[in-house]
Amino acid sequence: MTEQTAARPEVSRRRLPGVNPVYVLVVALLLAIFIMNPAFGEPTGYMNFLKRVAALAILSGGALYVIVSGGFDLSVGSTMTLTLTVIGSSMLASNDPNSTYWIIPLMLGIGLVVGLINGLVVSYLKVPSLIATLGMMITLNGVAFMWSGGAPRGYLPDTFRFFGRFNISDVPLIGILPVAVICLVVFGTILWWGMHRTNYGRMLHAIGDNPQAARLAGVPVQRVRISAFVVSALTAVLAGVILGGRGGVSVDIGSGYELQAITAAVIGGAQLLGGRGSVPATIAGALALEAIFTLLNLIGLAQPVRLVVQGLILIGAVALATYQRKRAGR
Amino acid sequence: MTDTPLTASKPPRFRFDRHASTILLLAAIAIYIVLVVALGQTRFLTLDNLVAILGRSITLGITAIGQTFAILVASIDLSVASVISAAAVVTSVVMNGEPSMMLPAILAVLSLGAVVGLINGLVITKLEVNPLIATLGMSLIIQGVLSYYYNNFAGAVPAEFQVFAYGSVGIVPYSLIFMFALAGLAWFVLRFTRFGSDIYSVGGNQDAARLAGIKTARVVIGAHVICSLCAAIAGIYLASRLRSGAPWIGAEGVYDLESIAVVVIGGTVLAGGRGGIWGTMAGVIIFSLIDSIFNVAGVDAFVKQVLRGIIIIAAVAFYAARSQRPVA
Repeated sequence: MTEQTAARPEVSRRRLPGVNPVYVLVVALLLAIFIMNPAFGEPTGYMNFLKRVAALAILSGGALYVIVSGGFDLSVGSTMTLTLTVIGSSMLASNDPNSTYWIIPLMLGIGLVVGLINGLVVSYLKVPSLIATLGMMITLNGVAFMWSGGAPRGYLPDTFRFFGRFNISDVPLIGILPVAVICLVVFGTILWWGMHRTNYGRMLHAIGDNPQAARLAGVPVQRVRISAFVVSALTAVLAGVILGGRGGVSVDIGSGYELQAITAAVIGGAQLLGGRGSVPATIAGALALEAIFTLLNLIGLAQPVRLVVQGLILIGAVALATYQRKRAGR
Repeated sequence: MTDTPLTASKPPRFRFDRHASTILLLAAIAIYIVLVVALGQTRFLTLDNLVAILGRSITLGITAIGQTFAILVASIDLSVASVISAAAVVTSVVMNGEPSMMLPAILAVLSLGAVVGLINGLVITKLEVNPLIATLGMSLIIQGVLSYYYNNFAGAVPAEFQVFAYGSVGIVPYSLIFMFALAGLAWFVLRFTRFGSDIYSVGGNQDAARLAGIKTARVVIGAHVICSLCAAIAGIYLASRLRSGAPWIGAEGVYDLESIAVVVIGGTVLAGGRGGIWGTMAGVIIFSLIDSIFNVAGVDAFVKQVLRGIIIIAAVAFYAARSQRPVA
């Protein structure tokens, strides 16, 4: 929006480094954690870290679909809250282990509806996605409050918690392997494949870069945009399942995750307002964000400092990206 | 967001857009009256109640006046809710029940607002960070700093200062007069000053404004300073009304989203350059009428939140659905 279109005469010929800086950042941060806390080098240490980051990483990968298509999805946190508190906990799963098998599909169904509504409102009613999804956020939070009466009752059965809590033990080489990490790898691969190995992914990039040009080139802009919101909402549900399995459930369990997902994507080099982004780099961005939070914990800084750091990272990463793009003359 | 639509604008539709906020306002008034009459609660139709309805949305109104400036320059400010919280807390902590500290507290809060607006503007114009992200980041930073030091109501506002929220001339509260005076001032600035016309030019087309010799960065920074100042004033008012400030009161009121929604309902275009203060004030009144309708109809608080979310989206869609430009 504020990009300068005028071509800069002194386009620097410096080659861009081949590696996305986010990977360097992640390695540096993980090393820093390891130095401060050597127990991190053992399987339980780093596997627990990966387990903790799985929900955010999957969520960010889905949020990236919307970001690449040129929008924002601020309703993911409330989607997590809604599906978890209402469906997962207070209404249905009254400690019946067998209910998990139809609860998760039902939650995904709700996610699908939320994503569809977001997408339809943005595509056909032309409401800017920021407003549309913010409105969706307060609506869904209201629904979550309404149905749960302020505090979720009941608790999740162990079969539901399997995805977020269970560790497969006695795995050769690494000892333990949390199911959450397997989920991260599986869904991360699916998201990567969809974004970087299919025509659909190319269309996503195209509509984010220039919707007019994409439309003229024959991309079904509306449908692709709606599908991006659907992917985002579905990953929010999946992330919610993992998150719900890990800890307790409350009516603000998902709050703040929408911004963390955007921050992770931005750290991973995704371009806001569309056209550029990579799923592996975004997952690395989520790792970096969680690593920073872990470091803050190790240093002994309180929870609110996280917010400050996240805000600084968000602004800093976008400013840096803009600066680099300008210098590269693009 | 600043790209021009490919199709030519159609004059008759434009007229409709100009009067849409008035139509919505009349519709809201009509629904309110019909509902009150239908429920047989005509005691809600008195002048006292009208003033009470207006008085309920002073915070939103003051915030929305500032937000109008930000949106008119094709920017946006998502940090207003945190600024309101910070301003309310600083007001009550600095005053701490001492009438003599009233002036220093107000000055401190206003300079806080000015600094936040200045930083927002500088980050947006000089670092060229997307305004959504710049102000969201700023919001996180303010909220983090605030909740690091305070986690509950802190300080107290002296009785003398509560006059701002509770005093009145006849039945009209000072705060209501203040809000409309502020709106009048904002209207004057937008309508009759060079800065005002610069705001419209920059919002309409930043490149054209720059080529026409307008220092666009200064205009954007100025708009953000005004926006944050208004949010700070809203925080002062809220502290006076609640008799103290807490770090969550801004976020609880969803003032960031509501102020944007009110501005948009008032007919100011999110892409910038078109709209005005009186539309925003109409939007504020529409919102407080909707609130009163819910209250009269006895809607549950959580249901109210759900309906508000839907109404905000519907209201923005009401304007946006006809636009030809693609949105993201």
